[in-house]
Amino acid sequence: MTSTILVALLVLSLVAYVVGRRRAVGFVAGADGKVHSRAVYHGAYVAAWVGVPAFLLMILWLVVQGPALDRLILATLPPPLVEGRTPAQLALVLAEIKNLAAGLVFGEPGEEIRAAAARYARWHSLAGWAMFVVVLAVAVIALSITRARLTPRFRARQGFERFASVVMIVCSVVAILTTIGIVGSLLYEALLFFALVPPQDFFFGTAWEPQIALRPDQIAGAGAFGAVPVFLGTLLIATIAMTVAVPIGLLSAIYLGEFANDRVRRVVKPLLEILAGVPTVVYGFFALLVVTPAIRATGEVLGIPVSPNTALSAGGVMGIMLIPFISSLADDALNAVPRAMRDGSLAMGATKAETMMRVLLPAALPGVMGGILLALSRAVGETMIVVMAAGLIATMTFNPLDSVTTVTVQIVTLLIGDTAFDNPKTLAAFALGLVLFLATLGLNVIAIRIVRRYRERYE
Amino acid sequence: MSTTTDSILTAAPIDWHSQASAARRRKRYAQERNLRLAGLVAITIALGLLAILVGSLILNGYRAFTQTMIALDVYVDPEVVDRNDPTAGNWRQIYDDAIDRALPDETDAERRSINALVTNNARFLIRDRVVRDPSLVGETVRMNVPVSDPFDQLSKGLVQRATPEGQRRVSDLDIQVFDRLVAEGRISRPFNWGLFFNSDSRFPELAGLAGAIVGSFFALVVCFLLSFPLGVGAAVYLEEFAPKNRWTDFIEVNINNLAAVPSIVFGLLGLAVFLGWFGMPRSAPFVGGMVLALMTLPTMIIVTRNALKAVPPSIREAALGVGASRHEMVVHHVLPLAMPGILTGTIIGLAQALGETAPLLLIGMNAFITSPPGGLFEPATALPTQIFIWADSPERGFVSRTAAGILVLLGFLIVMNAIAIFLRQRLERKW
Repeated sequence: MTSTILVALLVLSLVAYVVGRRRAVGFVAGADGKVHSRAVYHGAYVAAWVGVPAFLLMILWLVVQGPALDRLILATLPPPLVEGRTPAQLALVLAEIKNLAAGLVFGEPGEEIRAAAARYARWHSLAGWAMFVVVLAVAVIALSITRARLTPRFRARQGFERFASVVMIVCSVVAILTTIGIVGSLLYEALLFFALVPPQDFFFGTAWEPQIALRPDQIAGAGAFGAVPVFLGTLLIATIAMTVAVPIGLLSAIYLGEFANDRVRRVVKPLLEILAGVPTVVYGFFALLVVTPAIRATGEVLGIPVSPNTALSAGGVMGIMLIPFISSLADDALNAVPRAMRDGSLAMGATKAETMMRVLLPAALPGVMGGILLALSRAVGETMIVVMAAGLIATMTFNPLDSVTTVTVQIVTLLIGDTAFDNPKTLAAFALGLVLFLATLGLNVIAIRIVRRYRERYE
Repeated sequence: MSTTTDSILTAAPIDWHSQASAARRRKRYAQERNLRLAGLVAITIALGLLAILVGSLILNGYRAFTQTMIALDVYVDPEVVDRNDPTAGNWRQIYDDAIDRALPDETDAERRSINALVTNNARFLIRDRVVRDPSLVGETVRMNVPVSDPFDQLSKGLVQRATPEGQRRVSDLDIQVFDRLVAEGRISRPFNWGLFFNSDSRFPELAGLAGAIVGSFFALVVCFLLSFPLGVGAAVYLEEFAPKNRWTDFIEVNINNLAAVPSIVFGLLGLAVFLGWFGMPRSAPFVGGMVLALMTLPTMIIVTRNALKAVPPSIREAALGVGASRHEMVVHHVLPLAMPGILTGTIIGLAQALGETAPLLLIGMNAFITSPPGGLFEPATALPTQIFIWADSPERGFVSRTAAGILVLLGFLIVMNAIAIFLRQRLERKW
């Protein structure tokens, strides 16, 4: 149905374009050449008003239709099926009705369910046809109204350009809507979570055991949502990643910027960029396949106890991922130092190393620090490497050979599989997500501010 | 000022050849050498890690590009299979007959070995072949059927025959049967087309990437259709039309911050809003594409703005000068000139989206799905999530499949980036 409407709208817009254009061409022939806009603009004006509003109406209809139908169906169900049910149970009933309506029969559905499914199927097709008729009617009405407005003196170009400007403004507002969506959904679910688990338990508790019972008869942990060990684990892995990435990335940037000749630079820079383009799931597999066994073997040789999912493995591989990031940001910062400072230092007889360590690096330090903060925010938000290579159990430790868990690992493990939105286990993931979002946002804002302030100093 | 000059003039001349001077010079040069050496070491480590990464993937992955097959002579007995309704036939019997022909006068133990050797789904493979071509009923067909994972490993030399029997997954008898089949010329190892044309399976020898490739393709198409128009529209507005005020500053800060939001947060957004509030289906490539579109949108806007900035102002002034409106100037002159840059950035943004995994996990694109999706709203996996699923699977055979899947993914990324570089070099103008 939806695709039929889309095709119909496309055809109608084309028809509208041709109609508007024809009409304008008629003006040119009739009104001794005194037509305000070119014929294409008359066509485009009509086509835009025919296609776009009807399309938006269709999207809105599709968004509203699903929930509205659900409400209606629930309202028609006999009270014994509905009364005293939790939202999750109601969702199950709805799912059963929809499956039945789609022809998927599981078990022996009751009489009421069968009737509701038949109703659902009927209403669903009715809604589809209603949408078809309404959307096309809007398009046709728009066609007749806009066509009637066309006259030789009609400012079709301005009209169309105003329309285009509004569309572009809407496009740029999408970015804001995304932010509002992120903040809104995280905040909403996190507040639901904090209604079940007090915030002080979450932010200061030291036990993280989210495996709570989903059904009353299930045997599971009591459920503890103290996130401190999760935060510490994140910090530990991010620290390991930075200890790998910062020296290697910074020294690479220094070498490539000051000591390497052009040929080396032309080869090495793109190779480093490859490291940045590798998807993180690949790094995760690399950690599982190569790094973790290597660390375990080394531990065995040295006689050190090594846990199966070491923080060192996840953090080290994450460090590899961040090398090109640090290196290119450091390179930018070093290049932003005015040439005169470098030349002056060299002219005074300083060696290249002295120029780098005593002039360029101190001058570029804010930029480098900003880059390191950006990399840190990446490390905190990185998901796949830690999901594949780090542990699941939250332990309070700073031993890199132990297994720790991170915020992102917990989000993924809490949300993979069943997602009922009414138990603290799944809601906890959104609380963690909110913390993650705020932490990375804070790091980024600080980093961008540092970089910008320092740039202004030399401009 | 003059006092310093005086003191320099009156000071004793420095003896550059003295012992102390030379020592100082040596020390400074040593520092220089050390820094250079440290840089060189850092780069060697970085490139060495890259080499280990790529090397380990190739070493583990190349084997999955071939698959050991066993040739079975299948006699499709017309008494067992009805030509008009081949699906209902007794395929177990047909399969057993074919095994008998492959290994005549076998003992019961050998029989068990060969049953373990041929993949579990062999009789369904035979059935599907005959259903596709019912004229085979009554004929004897030679069919190549994959062998199961342990024997595939044996054939590829990954099972050491010298290890004690208890420690390998194939018994001595298994090896004897296998060697006999090899001697008869029934075992071959052709290119593994199944890797590209099969969908996911619990059995490594049957698992392929077709479903994931189709799912990723659908998701990328949706991502492109949403993020390209939105991104270009927003960028053109911000760069060419927007007044400089608080509102546009706010939008700009917003876009920059969105670009740095961890990808998993977009997954949470998709889960809460698209699945939770709008009730869209789980695991659907359409939802995946929408989440990826929101994620790539900031990148799209930023690259488009850079491409627009690169068009010199003289072009704009000339267009306005001959009487074009601002919209005409943008559509007729600025956008066509910026298009190569925009397309380059778009392809790079899509390549990033192709490799993105975490948000797709949260909207359920890591399900076990054994057929390619037929539409945008049917459950599917994507390439990176398929790799994640395989990496989690315990069977030995999935290690090389995972590495091979990664090589395929990297292949797609290399192709996309190569196209982007080609476009940039061929079409982009220097002003």
